[in-house]
Amino acid sequence: MKKKVLTVDDSRTIRNMLLVTLNNAGFETIQAEDGVEGLEVLEGCEPDVIVTDINMPRLDGFGFIEGVRRNEKYRAIPILVLTTESDAEKKNRARQAGATGWIVKPFDPAKLIDAIERVTA
Amino acid sequence: MDMNEIKEIFFQECEEQLAELESGLLKLNDGDRDPETVNAVFRAVHSIKGGAGAFGLEELVAFAHVFETTLDCVRSNKLEPNQDVLKVMLKSADVLADLVTCSRDGGSVEESRTRGLVKELEALANGEALPAAEAPKAAKPVAAAPAKPTDDSGFQPIPFTFDGFGEEENVVEQFTYEVTFKPTRELYSKGNEAALLLRDLSRFGEMGIACDMDQLPALENMDPEASYFGWKISITTPKSEEEVRAVFEFAEWDCELEVKPAEASEGEELPMIPVPFDLSALDDEPAEPTPQTETAATEEASANVVKAVNAAVEKKESAAAAAAAAAAATQNNAAAAASSAGQTIRVDLDRVDRLINLVGELVINQAMLSQSVIENDNNGVSSINMGLEELQQLTREIQDSVMAIRAQPVKPVFQRMSRIVREVADMVGKQIRLVTEGENTEVDKTVIDKIAEPLTHMIRNAVDHGIESPEKREAAGKDPEGTIKLSAKHRSGRILIELQDDGGGINRERVKQKAIDNDLISPDANLSDEEIDNLIFAPGFSTADKISDISGRGVGMDVVKRSIQALGGRISISSRPGLGSTFTMSLPLTLAVLDGMVVTVAGQTLVVPLTAIVETLQPEASAIHSFGANQRLISIRNSFCPLVDVGRILNFRTNQANPVDGVALLVESEGGGQRALMVDAIQGQRQVVIKSLEANYTHVPGIAAATILGDGRVALILDVDAVVGASRGQSLKPEMSLAAAG
Repeated sequence: MKKKVLTVDDSRTIRNMLLVTLNNAGFETIQAEDGVEGLEVLEGCEPDVIVTDINMPRLDGFGFIEGVRRNEKYRAIPILVLTTESDAEKKNRARQAGATGWIVKPFDPAKLIDAIERVTA
Repeated sequence: MDMNEIKEIFFQECEEQLAELESGLLKLNDGDRDPETVNAVFRAVHSIKGGAGAFGLEELVAFAHVFETTLDCVRSNKLEPNQDVLKVMLKSADVLADLVTCSRDGGSVEESRTRGLVKELEALANGEALPAAEAPKAAKPVAAAPAKPTDDSGFQPIPFTFDGFGEEENVVEQFTYEVTFKPTRELYSKGNEAALLLRDLSRFGEMGIACDMDQLPALENMDPEASYFGWKISITTPKSEEEVRAVFEFAEWDCELEVKPAEASEGEELPMIPVPFDLSALDDEPAEPTPQTETAATEEASANVVKAVNAAVEKKESAAAAAAAAAAATQNNAAAAASSAGQTIRVDLDRVDRLINLVGELVINQAMLSQSVIENDNNGVSSINMGLEELQQLTREIQDSVMAIRAQPVKPVFQRMSRIVREVADMVGKQIRLVTEGENTEVDKTVIDKIAEPLTHMIRNAVDHGIESPEKREAAGKDPEGTIKLSAKHRSGRILIELQDDGGGINRERVKQKAIDNDLISPDANLSDEEIDNLIFAPGFSTADKISDISGRGVGMDVVKRSIQALGGRISISSRPGLGSTFTMSLPLTLAVLDGMVVTVAGQTLVVPLTAIVETLQPEASAIHSFGANQRLISIRNSFCPLVDVGRILNFRTNQANPVDGVALLVESEGGGQRALMVDAIQGQRQVVIKSLEANYTHVPGIAAATILGDGRVALILDVDAVVGASRGQSLKPEMSLAAAG
């Protein structure tokens, strides 16, 4: 079974990079453009792991993570935050919202896969 | 998709983000304080930085980072976006745009420009007044931070197999650590899993593990979401203590963690209980190492993974299963795309162009079909004929719809102009406001791409020559801040772009003098105001006494005029002394089709663009007057109009045709005035598909392009302005003329 990854990012560039990296590593990738769409797509796609950006229109990463964690069905899904913010404050907020881990952009494909492996069975 | 394609997407996205950034900043400049506007501006810069980081565009990242930091201050209400702040930000947006362009096309932005702005931005972020000259000492380290992943997890995965932990360990120094790990319930609630972390740790080296189950309550008291277990681990590995800690990085806050080097004393080993579960069972495919654990070059690694995945697919799954999986994936993607697409889709321009070309062929084909049916169906009542009429209408509708696909609002071009106004106004020390109107007016993409340059030049001109200096304006009782208005609207199947300034207007005395000095007109020429104004479009005319940096780049308004004409457009000027000038450009909505009048000249079929024709008439002998050696005039409603024999101008024939035998097409040309073009006969009106002559042959003076008629014959499309120009004595260059060219 291929592992399913839901990526949520408003940047087409990053979405595509994630897609290529994840597909090359043998993951199945589902994309969403922002938090709102992420929550919509979540229903019915049941990903093994979620990778999300923080700064997004409509619903940002914090809101999205909270939304996932509030959902009885999906609250146990590991969520990795993908962000250029490397300062502790942002990380802390993401963690409080319920993020499992984080990856700092620009991401190294190997590290991305590594982080995903670390949170998924 | 490969990296280059993604990079292409990145630059496309940058363009969009930059447009977003600029329009957001301009909104803020107009007093908009909507937090969403600030957020959008911040996001734009943030997004550019993120993508740039991915491609290692460090210069871009560094600048975007500083910009972003300052914008973050605005976002968090630490910095009030007043006019001064916004001025710096708009300038920064310009520099950011330049950096993007440089990253894409090569070249570099002058360091002094970025450095100055970086200082200003940092000063704003630090809550200081704008630096007069000296940089604030407290400047944060700028370039370094974002370029490198600062909070590198420090992970150095080593190749590992389950049957031989750490094969290279004999060479490397080994350390033994004692790790105590007791997760709290939060760790699980955030989607972390203790077992996975332990598995990760187990990859570091030889590991002994003991589970502390002391806190496990009786079953009836158990909370399914609580955390009861703790672990004591002893691991021997070449890794440093930090690296071991890094495994628990994600869990740091949600567990009790102790990592310490094992005491050197032998024999005091921890009482190890056998691991209560098999760690390897966590892996789906225990035999395979996790994909991509090597830190080899990314691309190579991914290539290998692709191969590996492909091989695995071939081995394990039947072709059908693979196809099904692929289909499912596509479906999923499609579903995701569908919900995200909203109201627009992105289509490669090539595809649209291909479609437009095909529809062009369809139009020609349909016309050919109609013609041959008409020829064979004398009474014109057969059902084929009826069907054909419907087909004709449908074809026309398809054509219009396809053209509409390529229609784009002029907004991006207009937005670029506001930057030019800013820059040039800054350079010449004028205060100028750009007002835009009708930005959403749509026109064919090919037209948009081509109007940017002439428009830029005109804007520069308007700022440099049109608007007066603030002192002069005040002296004249005007607002010291000048206004340039750029507007677009549709009018009778064309797009009309107006550039209006409230400057001093054209100095006719000076223009006339200049024209005389440059031998453009004779000193005793008696010219109307309109004719004088239009002199600025004459080749080799430049009013600036000294070539300035801004508009005097070796091109004058004549070049602007020529590029507008090349688009099948017209440009004119009207000016009122002391009140300003208005340039009006009228352009076709598309460069792909044209409504034309099909005429015969000396046995050749030509197409005259319908937009150029004012009226057609059958001259009477009494209306024709000879004038000079071989000039003739035609009198139309008591005014005289020069007669131009198209056949002679194009060297189709050497003798003058008798005007009474032909038809006169009254055309309006740029540079003022009307001319009557003499042709032999009119065949009809038709929409024709424009086929570039230059792309297939070479530029032919007097001919704008070619087309294919209904009967399959090629007809040339007349360049009316060039023909009129030639009739004025600016001859079509003989060596380039049609006859010579063959």
